[in-house]
Amino acid sequence: MNVATKVEGAQTDIDGPLYEARRKIYPIAVHGTFRRIKWALLIITLGIYYLLPFVRWDRGPNAPSQAVLVDLVNGRFYFFFIEIWPQEIYYITGLLILAALVLFLMNAVAGRLWCGYLCPQTVWTDLFQAIERMVEGDPRQRREKEKHASRTQRAFEAAAKHFLWIMVAWWTGGAWVLYFADAPTLAMQLLKGEAPLVAYLWIGILTLTTYALAGHMREQVCTYMCPWPRIQAALTDEYALNVTYRYDRGEPRGSLKKTEALKLEGLPAGDCVDCHQCVAACPTGVDIRDGSQLSCVQCGLCIDACDSIMKKIGRPTGLIAYDTEMNVERRQQGLPPVTKILRARTVLYAALIVIVGGIMVAALATRGSESVSVLHDRNPLFVQLSDGSIRNAYTLRLVNKQSMPRSFAISVEGVPEARLEIAGGVSTLEDGRPVVEVGPDQTYELRALVSTAAKLPANASLNMSFQITDIAGGETSTTPDHFKGP
Amino acid sequence: MADTQKHEVDAVTGVTTTGHEWDGIRELNNPLPRWWLWVFYLCIAWSVLYWFAYPAWPLVSDYTSGLLGWKSRDAVQTDLAALRSQRAVFAEKLDAASLEQIEANPELLAFARAQGRAAFGDNCAPCHGAGGGGGMGYPNLNDDDWLWGGSLEQIQNTILHGARSADDNTHMGDMPAFGRDGILQRPEILAVADYVRSLSNLQDKPGPKGAAKSEPTPADLAKGKEVFTANCAACHGDEGKGNIELGAPNLTDGIWLYGSDRATVIATITNGRGGIMPAWSGRLDPSTIKALTVYVHALGGGQ
Repeated sequence: MNVATKVEGAQTDIDGPLYEARRKIYPIAVHGTFRRIKWALLIITLGIYYLLPFVRWDRGPNAPSQAVLVDLVNGRFYFFFIEIWPQEIYYITGLLILAALVLFLMNAVAGRLWCGYLCPQTVWTDLFQAIERMVEGDPRQRREKEKHASRTQRAFEAAAKHFLWIMVAWWTGGAWVLYFADAPTLAMQLLKGEAPLVAYLWIGILTLTTYALAGHMREQVCTYMCPWPRIQAALTDEYALNVTYRYDRGEPRGSLKKTEALKLEGLPAGDCVDCHQCVAACPTGVDIRDGSQLSCVQCGLCIDACDSIMKKIGRPTGLIAYDTEMNVERRQQGLPPVTKILRARTVLYAALIVIVGGIMVAALATRGSESVSVLHDRNPLFVQLSDGSIRNAYTLRLVNKQSMPRSFAISVEGVPEARLEIAGGVSTLEDGRPVVEVGPDQTYELRALVSTAAKLPANASLNMSFQITDIAGGETSTTPDHFKGP
Repeated sequence: MADTQKHEVDAVTGVTTTGHEWDGIRELNNPLPRWWLWVFYLCIAWSVLYWFAYPAWPLVSDYTSGLLGWKSRDAVQTDLAALRSQRAVFAEKLDAASLEQIEANPELLAFARAQGRAAFGDNCAPCHGAGGGGGMGYPNLNDDDWLWGGSLEQIQNTILHGARSADDNTHMGDMPAFGRDGILQRPEILAVADYVRSLSNLQDKPGPKGAAKSEPTPADLAKGKEVFTANCAACHGDEGKGNIELGAPNLTDGIWLYGSDRATVIATITNGRGGIMPAWSGRLDPSTIKALTVYVHALGGGQ
């Protein structure tokens, strides 16, 4: 190591390769608590993803009967009992805000729970690695095969693995498109080869991405493509539980024989026997014993790997565990460890989640099934008629969110001696209010003309409002606007 | 891997350095993954291929057109053709339906008004204003006063053939320049102007310079009525109610195309008026004219 590096221009330039050669990572199969949690979550999340489109939900004769459906053609999003229109996109915004807050809370409580257990990249990679181990065996068997198995057998196994991968990837893309059309119908069309081109296109794209990302890219996505690891640093604090190697207990590490011998002599010896099972089990190939690092997705598999070894050699488990760096240091100093799940940060995140969720639920519960939007004519703002009265024109859009046609009576308030006409002419009630019928789950646009013969103040701008009333149910919706005069 | 013999390892990160150093600041060597570099090189290669595949380089009076033959102009044409075929369904319905049927059918009315609004903005707004609000000398299409009639049929006719245009079937009707051509003398013009303004209850009459406003005397009005009956009633009617056959405006209402103040009325009588509207029958296709008719009629003033 020469400390004072000479700088003489290009001569001392780097002479290694420009790139980091990829280390192939073949994690071993592990068994334990966190592995079981991961399997359970994998089955739940993928089960929801693959099967949800087939769940039915009766919405009456005029609406699709699919529980979760993104109807791009008609601009509707259905989610069980909720139906969202394009202009209600703020519910999606609310969901995104909630998702961000939940991620913050997860991080504040126990680090990268999302990355380790729930992220699609993690879940599908996990599934693909399981297929790989199922077909080709675990890394040790694979190394054996490289030496002893026949070339044909290895080629066959590789082909089988890739075929299975592509099948899973194809199913993944297939499930995706089922969310955008009636699932049973589209599934039959796909089988018969009669589905629309756009469906095949998206299945193709998603098959390719799933196969590439989960089969080939794997940990590279987490390390090089995903911004989330970089955001971690800002979202965690000294109390957040992370997968931690308790070096206070583990160091100095040494082989089982050596540490046992040292312990007999009363010399310092750690519990870590340097068996490298934690590294072998890691899906991103890091050594957890180097401390927390960017590539670690906090999946807990090294905990399972280490615990199983500790059980075998009769030492206490938990050498690697969900813990904090602070506690490791405290134990080294002989202080009791501190665990604070309830602290300002987590309470704040939880409160924000409750508030945002509450606002969304309240908004959803109180939204009417009818509304009217009003657009005042810009040019001219008002018209003088031949008899001297003043008229303003408005474009109204009536919204009916129910699954049956409804008739609305339209009235004006706030304009003296108002006379309301609808361009094109419509039927009226006995009290003179015009009535229009709006189809199920439809909008209806009309041009409303409001005139008055009353004397208006100069430069009048009266606060007025349009009100629509459902004749059958009596529900009303009111939208304010202005009436302009000369 | 880089040759660690030559380059020291940074103590904090355990990463080798590149050997570069500026004022004691050394650069860590964290190489990119190989696939990342390959993607980068592919992008560079593609950018070069792009020059050949797509229009890219400007030449003196032309440009390299690209081997794929793609043009933004063609893309626009494709989109427009798709739009036309999408609209064709409704355009056929519009062609098949009468104007009254279009107004009675909410779906067709909505389509016709949307198409009409767009066509109006392209063709009519320069004179009549973006919303048909008109201006001095250009009729307001939102009110209920029509020079050439405000029924669907009449509006369509006016759009097709225009007013005082080159079209053979255009509306004709000229107001003579009574003053300029010496048909009426100045006092007669003043008297008839006061009379005409009285028809719509506009009585104010400026006095001599600086004096207060006055009102025309009954004798003035009687004289004006005489002149009116002799010269104006032929077109504007005995009571001044106007005549849509000739495009003669109603002089008894509150709507004045050129203004109702005394000086303007005098100028109108002196020099005559006759606005021109082009004929659209050759320029716009029938279904667009139908849509425009319905749009204008539904602006609120339709009769």
